[in-house]
Amino acid sequence: MEQQEKFKPEMVSEEPANVHSFHDTDLQKMIGWILRIGIYTSIGIVIIGGIFFLYRHAQETANYHAFNGVPVFVHNFGDIFSSAFSFKGQAIIQLGIILLVATPVVRVIFAAIGFLLEKDYLYTVISAIVLMVILLSAFSGHAG
Amino acid sequence: MSVILFTIILLFGAYFAGLLGSLTGLGGGVVIIPLLTLLLHVDIHYAIGAALVSVIATSSGSAAAYVKEGITNIRIGMFLEIATTAGAFTGAILAFYLPVQFIAILFGVILIFSAISSLRKKYEHVTHKQTFLARKLRLGGAYPVEGEMVEYGVSNIAGGFFMMLFAGIISGLLGIGSGALKVVAMDGIMRIPFKVSTTTSNFMIGVTAAASAVVYLQRGYVHPAIAMPVVIGVLFGAVSGSKILVHTRSSGWLRWVFAIVVTFLAIQMIYNGATGKI
Repeated sequence: MEQQEKFKPEMVSEEPANVHSFHDTDLQKMIGWILRIGIYTSIGIVIIGGIFFLYRHAQETANYHAFNGVPVFVHNFGDIFSSAFSFKGQAIIQLGIILLVATPVVRVIFAAIGFLLEKDYLYTVISAIVLMVILLSAFSGHAG
Repeated sequence: MSVILFTIILLFGAYFAGLLGSLTGLGGGVVIIPLLTLLLHVDIHYAIGAALVSVIATSSGSAAAYVKEGITNIRIGMFLEIATTAGAFTGAILAFYLPVQFIAILFGVILIFSAISSLRKKYEHVTHKQTFLARKLRLGGAYPVEGEMVEYGVSNIAGGFFMMLFAGIISGLLGIGSGALKVVAMDGIMRIPFKVSTTTSNFMIGVTAAASAVVYLQRGYVHPAIAMPVVIGVLFGAVSGSKILVHTRSSGWLRWVFAIVVTFLAIQMIYNGATGKI
């Protein structure tokens, strides 16, 4: 009975939210949203950081011919965060970049949740494996 | 060179890299690395770090648009991301140990390959054959062609998976999306329709690049002063490119011009790598 009712177009709009099950199209919409929000915020933060950076350092010499790593105050996440809040331009930029890098990772997490809601357990596991590879990469990146 | 001049040159350069990359489908990363290393004499590790981050921006931006249209196959993407992320992680570690001359030469070779494959005629083929593994993994799907849903199957999954591992290594090693290699894996080996292959490849690039970007970030390869203009420029360039593409179908001559420019850059990279000038 319920199945048949669902196919009547006039019923679909009146269907309460909790009856509506999760489908691939919902997953597509959700992923699209996450990617868009991630990009807008991270690029916004990078631009703000860029303005601070140029305001302070515009006339200095740019020399990146030799590899010297990054400035001390953007070495680890704790430093980036505290330096960003004291309006150090490069730290704000780096914060935006970390958010940008995190965007696809968040996409994987939400895909895993989406597949779980669809009761597609195989793909929940596959998404979890992808997530684990990225986390492994993140935690062993320094050691290698 | 002053910081402000460096930033402005890079902003414009990255804008055109993003614009051309999106018009030809090659991606912005392939032009930005020669621009940074050959023209602005930036260390190749910094160049790779900045390009990698810009690749995440453009691929996520266009993936957001494609995913809504329902052409992207999220399951194929997720499954093959196991291979590309594992490869990208390996590539990022390798980048630390391989000499820069070797990286520069390899970059040139991949660049030439990408340029050639962008010129290749694209045939849209659909196979209905589903292999045993493809059925088990529910990899087939349907995609809209002129308003009608066309079903397709997937074959040679092991071959495609292996190729994706390679594409991941190249992406992590060189800081590019390696979209051309991903399309070879899906369209060429797994016989997935071309349109599905390209959009799914785009969908995968962000996650692949993120897996190596986390390594690059910790190693100090992503310098904020370089990455800032590169990310902003490439992203806005790619947005302009996609706007142009909506109005005019991608023109053949532009592809040729870009392929020639890219080949020229590739030879420069190989030459500088071989003579140790990079």
